[in-house]
Amino acid sequence: MRASGSSPASAVSPAPAPTAVTDASTVRTLLVHGMIAGLLAGLCAFLPAYAAGEPPVRDSIALEETRSAASAHEPSAHEPSAHEPSAHGAAAPEQKEEEAEEELVSRPVQSTFGLATGVLVYGVAVGGIASLVFAVSLGRTGRFRPRTTAALVAGAAFTTVCLVPFLKYPATPPAVGNPDTIGKRTALFFLMIALSVLLAVIAVIVGRRLAPRLGNWSASVVAGGGYVLAVVVACLVLPANSDAVAADFPAALLWEFRLASLGVQALLWTAFGLIFGALAERALAERAPAERAAAPSGDVVRPAP
Amino acid sequence: MAQSIATPGGLPADAPAIPTPQDPIPLRAVAPWAVFGGVLMLVLLYFVGAEQGATSVFSGAGVHEWVHDGRHLLGFPCH
Repeated sequence: MRASGSSPASAVSPAPAPTAVTDASTVRTLLVHGMIAGLLAGLCAFLPAYAAGEPPVRDSIALEETRSAASAHEPSAHEPSAHEPSAHGAAAPEQKEEEAEEELVSRPVQSTFGLATGVLVYGVAVGGIASLVFAVSLGRTGRFRPRTTAALVAGAAFTTVCLVPFLKYPATPPAVGNPDTIGKRTALFFLMIALSVLLAVIAVIVGRRLAPRLGNWSASVVAGGGYVLAVVVACLVLPANSDAVAADFPAALLWEFRLASLGVQALLWTAFGLIFGALAERALAERAPAERAAAPSGDVVRPAP
Repeated sequence: MAQSIATPGGLPADAPAIPTPQDPIPLRAVAPWAVFGGVLMLVLLYFVGAEQGATSVFSGAGVHEWVHDGRHLLGFPCH
């Protein structure tokens, strides 16, 4: 709402920059920078994910092994050390045919290259999407400079895509889920994300509409409160994952795993917000700053709804 | 920009090392990239997060097994 520099709107001759930097190429640059920032954020998150996340994953798998050994399965007949990372590793390619399903990828590879692939590709993908959200948000969510907008987008993305879905359908370690319900659990998880994102978009639009009347602060509080309320209602309406965690799974191990999972996401999004903010700030420096008259309502969502 | 608009701080505006708040990028400039990039990124997300779980494009479990740990830690339902 700061209508700074609103008067000299007429005195513009944007000759040098805007001809060279079209809007389309700006968006392309932002997309590429978003993917790069996502990759770097994934790199930042990988080591902590390995250090904090792999121990509980390993313990869960060990638990799974003990359990399937205790039940009708008789694992020692096939391959005694099938899942002990210390024991094999190099032996993985020589697995027998019926073991192929379990041992397509050995544990040491899963916990390093596999984990890295997952985190990095995820970083690239969400970074690219977030950069497109940034391109739409810039100048439409308030008169913020690029890096502030990037930080806000990253924070909003973490909240809506990770934190809120996590509260309803939290991450589960291996050995926890009932494989028969994977379809239902996957559908509910993505439905929760879609719902959360949709509600957040509505909240932002409503907030910007309310801003001229209530002022930025009150409008943001009202919109944020509305989002929280709607999410709570959504959580109450959507069915619970009653079969997601076995009743006798150790609580401490579950907590350790979920804390690591949430921490990895928080770290990834923080790193993304900061790195992409810096890149976007530089990329947009060549673009003309807001030079249309910053009318008092110049920062509403759309010029003509 | 070269017109040296006096900003409130009195600095010349042709030294825009620090970008000021910006005009929105027109949506029609964002749209093609949003479609192209959005689809591409969602495909990537699908392969990291869901392939060979609830649904499969490729048979087998190679993709699932490879990204197994990442899938769990990133919060996706894995199996």
